[in-house]
Amino acid sequence: MSTTATLTTAPASAPVQATDRWYPLRRTTESLLAPAAALAAAALLFSVFLLFLGASPADFLDLVWRGAFGSWFSLQNTVQRAAPLLLTALCVAIPGQLGLVIIGGEAAVVLGGLAATVAALPLLNTSPIIVWAAMAVAGSAMGAFWIGISGWLRARLNVNEVIASLVLSYIGLALFNHLVEGLLRDPASLNKPSTYGIGDGNMLDTVPWLDVHPGLPVGILACLICWVLIYRSSFGFASRVTGGNIRAAQLQGLPVTKLILLACAIGGGCAGLAGAIEVAAEYGRANASLNAGYGYTGILIAFLARFNPLAIMPMAILLGGLGAAGGLLQRRMGLPDATIQVLQGLIFVSILASDTLYGRFRWFQPRGGA
Amino acid sequence: MEAIGTVLLAMLAGSLRVSTPFLFVSLGECLTEKSGRINLGNEGVLVLGAMVAYATSYETGSPWAGVAAAAVSGLLLGGIHGAICSLARVNDVAMGIAIMLAGTGIAFFFGKPYVQPSATLLSGIPFGFWSDNAQVRNALSVCPLFLLGIAAAVALHWCFNATRVGLRVRIVGDSQDAALALGLPIDRTRFLATACGSALAGIGGAFLSLYYPGSWNEGLSSGQGLMAVALVVFSRWNPINCIYASLLFGAAGALGPSLQTVGITWGYYLFYAAPYIFTLVVLIITARGGKSLRGMPGQLSIGR
Repeated sequence: MSTTATLTTAPASAPVQATDRWYPLRRTTESLLAPAAALAAAALLFSVFLLFLGASPADFLDLVWRGAFGSWFSLQNTVQRAAPLLLTALCVAIPGQLGLVIIGGEAAVVLGGLAATVAALPLLNTSPIIVWAAMAVAGSAMGAFWIGISGWLRARLNVNEVIASLVLSYIGLALFNHLVEGLLRDPASLNKPSTYGIGDGNMLDTVPWLDVHPGLPVGILACLICWVLIYRSSFGFASRVTGGNIRAAQLQGLPVTKLILLACAIGGGCAGLAGAIEVAAEYGRANASLNAGYGYTGILIAFLARFNPLAIMPMAILLGGLGAAGGLLQRRMGLPDATIQVLQGLIFVSILASDTLYGRFRWFQPRGGA
Repeated sequence: MEAIGTVLLAMLAGSLRVSTPFLFVSLGECLTEKSGRINLGNEGVLVLGAMVAYATSYETGSPWAGVAAAAVSGLLLGGIHGAICSLARVNDVAMGIAIMLAGTGIAFFFGKPYVQPSATLLSGIPFGFWSDNAQVRNALSVCPLFLLGIAAAVALHWCFNATRVGLRVRIVGDSQDAALALGLPIDRTRFLATACGSALAGIGGAFLSLYYPGSWNEGLSSGQGLMAVALVVFSRWNPINCIYASLLFGAAGALGPSLQTVGITWGYYLFYAAPYIFTLVVLIITARGGKSLRGMPGQLSIGR
């Protein structure tokens, strides 16, 4: 609404534009203040919740700080959790540009990890570079395929993508369990059924000098590329137009079906890559550890970031930090591990509720148009 | 032949058992969607209801108090969803996911101390008394909540077709313009429909923890609350059809365990996925074409 107002008033006369040259700045301020207000509201509600239980919010904050960012060790732990979250959040954010809500990232992660492991197994005696390349390609391809199914169902058969992606996520997890506990199982893995390992020599090392999880640079790079893709490419522009008004996009002759398929494939590819990296850097084999809820937390991060890949980066660190602090909270304050989930839920609810703040305040609106 | 009979009997038993939570959540979802809103948060309501019912039954010794408490917890959580969605520009689909996360979080948080102790469960009504086959007796032992669910479905159907309240809900859900012209309170109607729908979903949760599987743990629900959305599409927003759809979904869910009873353990996980595959097939069949579906409330956001 507001953009059309500026578009129509701007060419009319120069003075009008001059009186409102601060509008873009105010609009940015609005889009920063609304989530900040929502985070503050969630923090307030959570403090009340803690006080009600007889726990101290100050202690909580202190422990979260120490558990997530306070020391080099805890920071590494945070980054290790944030790395896959960057990619799984993109799995929601990119289809989100088209107005789609894809919530099946979890299956893309586990199936991506499985496909990467399977692709690596015949290549174990070649060089690690080849193994990693094969894993990255196989993982992303699998993820792209799996989320692509939801996109295809949406684009071609008009099946609601929220339910389809969720149901496919359950199917994907079942398929994963079936394969890992059957066909692809390493008979030596007794307690925790796993596939054969990719071998210590083929594991991804931590980033040199920084000694952090190798998924971090990949995730950051992916976020930057996706930002360019969304805000500086014709694909991104067409996607945002479609997300804004699908009928207008169709009337303009935009290839909506292709856009949906492409966006879902890119998003799914990111989530699948996250699974591949987790296997290559952490577990060395595909097993139930992959099913760690990264896909679900990615949904929250994408919404927190309002589907903006640049904003995903700080939000992933924030949520990764909350996750990393969970253990410390459990030990020091005796709070159950679901505490973090309660906080996440509160943040999620208040962030979505804050959508109603946009356009409520006159001060942020364009001025001087007549 | 013997084996097929055993499997079919086990599926019938499973269907009667597993379908009840589907029935309650789909009825609740149906009510909410009739008013023009969608509530994916019913998954969270289901888990919260299961926890609250189990805890209440453990503390008071009365499972029916647990059922009532579950309904109240659903009413509250659904009320929050309904109230926030009344605000301008708030997306009801995304908010449902948030409520789902918050509801399960709260349930896990407060449910931690109740994972171990055993609460008083609901007991089934032995409709199989005439048979001396233990399996048949077992299969026909029906939970009173299942009967309550059928009664609720009939009542809801009657309500939609023959009462002032039901017609108002339908008008609000079908055409906002018509509702405005008639001076109906749109936001309040949707708020109440969401809250009451979630109360029904909460009862579905009570079934999970107090009858079958009959315990409280964090893996209790396996997405029934979300599958209910597909189920409502399948039943064409008709409460009576919700009964049949729930039985069918229940039978699909019972496929894996039933095959296990005759010793087929291959592909346990794949058969476990049967209801999801079934849901997907149902979605594909019912959503074909891109036209809005027959019986679909006009204001529903997934239809636009």
